[in-house]
Amino acid sequence: MNRNVILAGVGGQGLLALAAVIGEAARGLGLRVRQAEVHGMAQRGGVVQSHLRYADRPIHSNLVRRGTADLILALEPMEALRYLPYLAPDGAVVTSTAPVANIPDYPDEAFVIAEIERQTTHRLIDAPALAMEAGAAQAANMVMLGAGAPFLGLPETSLIRAIEVFFAGKGTAVIDTNTRAFRLGFTAVG
Amino acid sequence: MPTQLLLGNEALARGALDAGLSAAYAYPGTPSTEITEYILRSPEVAGGDVIARWTANEKTALEAAIGASYAGRRAMASMKHVGLNVAADPFVNSAIAGANGGLLIAVADDPSMHSSQNEQDSRVYLDLSLMPCIEPADQQEAYEAPAHAFELSERVRMPVLLRTTTRLSHSRGTITTGDTRPRNPLSLPEDPKRFILLPVLARDSYARLVERQDELIRESESSPFTRYVNGPDRSLGIIACGIAYGYVLDVVGESPRHPILKIGQYPIPERLVAEVTGTCKRILVVEEGFPYVEAKLRGLPVRSTPPIHGRLSGHLPRVGELTPQAVADALGLEGPPLPEPSSVPAPRPPALCPGCPHGDTCRMITTALGDRPAGGVVFSDIGCYTLGALPPYDAIDTCVEMGSSITMAKGAAAAGLHPAISLIGDSTFTHSGMTGLLDCVNENANVTIIIVDNLTIAMTGGQPSSAESRLARICAGLGADEEHIRRIEPHPKNHAENVAVLEQEIAHEGPSVIIAQRECIQTARRRARAAKAETAGEAR
Repeated sequence: MNRNVILAGVGGQGLLALAAVIGEAARGLGLRVRQAEVHGMAQRGGVVQSHLRYADRPIHSNLVRRGTADLILALEPMEALRYLPYLAPDGAVVTSTAPVANIPDYPDEAFVIAEIERQTTHRLIDAPALAMEAGAAQAANMVMLGAGAPFLGLPETSLIRAIEVFFAGKGTAVIDTNTRAFRLGFTAVG
Repeated sequence: MPTQLLLGNEALARGALDAGLSAAYAYPGTPSTEITEYILRSPEVAGGDVIARWTANEKTALEAAIGASYAGRRAMASMKHVGLNVAADPFVNSAIAGANGGLLIAVADDPSMHSSQNEQDSRVYLDLSLMPCIEPADQQEAYEAPAHAFELSERVRMPVLLRTTTRLSHSRGTITTGDTRPRNPLSLPEDPKRFILLPVLARDSYARLVERQDELIRESESSPFTRYVNGPDRSLGIIACGIAYGYVLDVVGESPRHPILKIGQYPIPERLVAEVTGTCKRILVVEEGFPYVEAKLRGLPVRSTPPIHGRLSGHLPRVGELTPQAVADALGLEGPPLPEPSSVPAPRPPALCPGCPHGDTCRMITTALGDRPAGGVVFSDIGCYTLGALPPYDAIDTCVEMGSSITMAKGAAAAGLHPAISLIGDSTFTHSGMTGLLDCVNENANVTIIIVDNLTIAMTGGQPSSAESRLARICAGLGADEEHIRRIEPHPKNHAENVAVLEQEIAHEGPSVIIAQRECIQTARRRARAAKAETAGEAR
């Protein structure tokens, strides 16, 4: 068991919560976990990414080596493309299709999606729509957790348990919404 | 034993608490902030057993920690690398005065300048201070380092630098915690004269510090943070410091072919280094930050047997943080085939949040100045408002270091520039701007100082500002003319009025202060959410 995951998104999308839930699920299974994240100035509406690694043996580097990521899991489609050099030859790209166009020169959306479709293994998910269906726009990150789940190598029950642990302080309604979002993402990816 | 998933910073904080920490002082700064955030949230602080405080700046933080150590307690000051410049005076002199209770100075360096103005390496300060240093390689070592460092500090009666870098500070790892140790009682030093650095006494203390360097080298050689891993193939010897050791193991695997010396404690463990350089045909030094060890091994003139390779020789990039890929390349290890980078993604630079009051202040400045002279007249500082340098604002012209906006504006005004405007945040002002304002008042400098008061230290996540909404009183206390201490609310509805205020104060000959006060929208939002949650709780 050894997984390298690149998480990609934009400041404010809940990427670090996504990383924390996957990390907690892996930790709960007794795996070793390393997860590099971005804080400070870089977070202000800019690019946010996290390198997440878990294994049943010691992990020595906090960063994923290029060409070795099993999965790029993205909350924003252009951000998914930024990390292609990290992807392993048999790696998967799973991304939300909803752009965050907070920059003047955001590329043509169709062009972005076409570029993702060129990847051997890819999944495109309308995360905001499924999050609204689950009951909260902020739950798009958990939709993407569900969509990425088949590629994470972690049991569904462990991921749901990690959602419960992560949102424990926010009450059962929040846990339920996020669990629903997870399941909708999981079902959508098929 | 169940594991915990902690940031390197949090692991370090937990390690310090478990090792009997009594007092933690810090000024927030990326990538060091979470050390003190964790301690502030800890049950030890809630229970009143440990003191933790954000201070006005890094110098006052370190001085308070030195005072707690003087009183026999285990104390820690935390800061980012450039904060150590601010605290350099107490840092260097505390090595001579020494420690009583264990004294740690935790400094997080930021190679690649993710959130900083430079990528200076705090280990360079070891040469200046002759202080020992521990550099943990991973989160587990970050947890274990404070206990070892406190013990070392009390044994050799010296402060200890605890150096981390961004990728350890801001990476989570699974760690196992160990035993906890009781906190020290209050106890004054047995030889208090060493804390009096009068030249006649300091000369003796300094001579003793110099004499003890060999003892410190032996400490490094026997340290649990130093490790020598033998390998059969001596065509190459690898010396790896701190987290660089992890990158080496990541790319060479569990049973390395070449000898590896892991350095985790300084001064450099000389005899172990000599064993590698004396028996291997070529040396690769892998270290995060400056080529600190590499430069010492290369010497002058540069030694050729064995050749020393690393950042100076071009085998690793001279600047920026290490990556597993860079280390693999330096070792000549073939990796997996790499996909082509996509040409589609456009850069997405950080930006002020929509609705941020700093945006309104920036628009006030650009409207008031109209067509500005080439070179610019707006001296700014370190904080979220530094993003005012980027489009769509293009409102500021300089950002050098904490507090420099006021004093640079003053120097430029005296040199003939008009207008000379300073744009500084509330917390940056109390960190290092107040003394500059005093200079402006004493010299009647023709400057217009805008203090953007968002009531928090926003950039690092909303720590309480030392200004505590007393800016007008502080400025008046420093001697600023109360008629030219103006208060405005930066908001689109007040734009025309605010522009007029700025124009009036630019026209005033002498120092003016404009306090532009509106709460950070992030902290305002968090406060509103917390209030809503409380109301909901009451309703239940």
